[in-house]
Amino acid sequence: MTAIAGSAVPLLDVRGVTLQYKTRDHLVTATYRVDFEVFRSDRFILLGPSGCGKSTLLKAIGGYLSPVEGEIRLKGEVVTRPGPDRMMVFQEFDQLLPWKTVTENVMFPLVASGRLAGAAAREKARDAIAMVNLAQFADSLPHTLSGGMKQRVAIARGMAMEPDILLMDEPFAALDALTRRKMQDELLQLWDNTQFTVVFVTHSIPEAVKVGSRILLLSPHPGQVKAELNSLPRGDGASAAEAHHLLEHRIHALLFADEVEKERVLS
Amino acid sequence: MTELSASPRPEHYRQPVDAATFGIVEKPLSGWERLGNNGAARKLALLLVLALIWETYARWLNNPLLFPTFTATLSAFAEATASGVLPGRALTSLRVLLIGYAIGIACAAVLTTIAISTRIGTDLLELLTSMFNPLPAIALLPLALIWFGLGYGSIVFVIVHSVLWAVALNTHSGFLQVSNTLRMVGRNYGLSGLRYVGGILIPAAFPSILTGLKIGWAFAWRTLIAAELVFGVSSGSGGLGWFIYENKNQLEIPAVFAGLFTVILIGLVVENVIFRTIEVRTVRRWGMQT
Repeated sequence: MTAIAGSAVPLLDVRGVTLQYKTRDHLVTATYRVDFEVFRSDRFILLGPSGCGKSTLLKAIGGYLSPVEGEIRLKGEVVTRPGPDRMMVFQEFDQLLPWKTVTENVMFPLVASGRLAGAAAREKARDAIAMVNLAQFADSLPHTLSGGMKQRVAIARGMAMEPDILLMDEPFAALDALTRRKMQDELLQLWDNTQFTVVFVTHSIPEAVKVGSRILLLSPHPGQVKAELNSLPRGDGASAAEAHHLLEHRIHALLFADEVEKERVLS
Repeated sequence: MTELSASPRPEHYRQPVDAATFGIVEKPLSGWERLGNNGAARKLALLLVLALIWETYARWLNNPLLFPTFTATLSAFAEATASGVLPGRALTSLRVLLIGYAIGIACAAVLTTIAISTRIGTDLLELLTSMFNPLPAIALLPLALIWFGLGYGSIVFVIVHSVLWAVALNTHSGFLQVSNTLRMVGRNYGLSGLRYVGGILIPAAFPSILTGLKIGWAFAWRTLIAAELVFGVSSGSGGLGWFIYENKNQLEIPAVFAGLFTVILIGLVVENVIFRTIEVRTVRRWGMQT
């Protein structure tokens, strides 16, 4: 996949991005000169321990904050503000508008951005909702849905917009383990159908290996690129499971090697 | 884990029993239980008890000039209603009230929109509310009389004053409480300005806004009746406050109570019918309030 993509122009180009944000008493550097490229149909994972600035990085791609150094380009255009060409799926369950039904929630960005109107928008929304297997809840209000269902609506909302890139900020982190595995499978199925481009933030190594096609490893305080790896082809069976385990161990070693050494020095 | 114990623990398999074999899975509640769950029925019962206490106390006191009985108040109410005096007065009051309320809400909307979009606007709103919210509307009445003359203008002015700050304060604090995720969602859709306020902030802050509207309504009533008591009549037709004042002067105490009763009645209807309906259709339906 990267071989094909490598010849093309990247969809998202992140060049030397340093991000800083202010808390009450400190100016915090979240990431330092991060570079990576995302190509069309990538399932690009930002992976790292907490405090590596991966969520901040995703928010910068979303346009919520601008880098103090470097630049983020989407299809050659510098990202300056949030917009519906980069739909976000957040971790929080309260990302759906509680005063709108599932269908209205999925329709709203289509209508608000002027992409579709009326019956066409409704039709599109119904299709997206059917894709995430929620057709029978299309007229329910968000507070009557479970956490997993809310996240599926959020994904449907993102997909209905057909954005250039779907940004997912630990979308399954607040779910229970069983639901999370199911959602990961469903996401991969959706990808098989439409081959959308997604940037996915997670702190779970198994999730990264399972969901991603390409994985960016970040080191903490501030976030810097440690490695950019290819994930494994998907597959079942013992050999695939074995290969996944090996990759997980390799990533684990890459992410936590320094800390082990530090601990040795200290002890 | 099983390796640690001396002998492996046996595994169990069981077949769940069919639900039909254990009697009650779901049973409708009895009529009384359902009546007890109805808020309107509970409140009606409370009202009846309060009326009964009133009646008993007034009969025991036996001084119609100080405290007429509930039945005497009711008959005075019926009489004044039948003669058309009381409905006319109530209508006059309501008209002034609604004009003042609407203008107050419009001003509050403008002020909070400015406050949410600029920092200096926030400062302005905070400063103005802390200055004027504690100021009783009635204290402005003498000034209003000089500015707007002896008429509806003055009353509308003081009502606007009493509504504006309560609604603006609650709306603004509601806006500030809107979750950051929802804000980011709104901006993700590319909403800004008035579309952002109308599409995201107002519905998301609706519980607080509704509280503000209720407080504003109550303040408006108080101010109106007080203002009418002070000067009340203009161009021939006074409002409820004037009705109360007039009857007090004539020592028609049951009619005074009937006037107060009307204020209470309108308050009950507005709170329990209008505001309750809005609440059920919006914040309750959306699961923002239980």
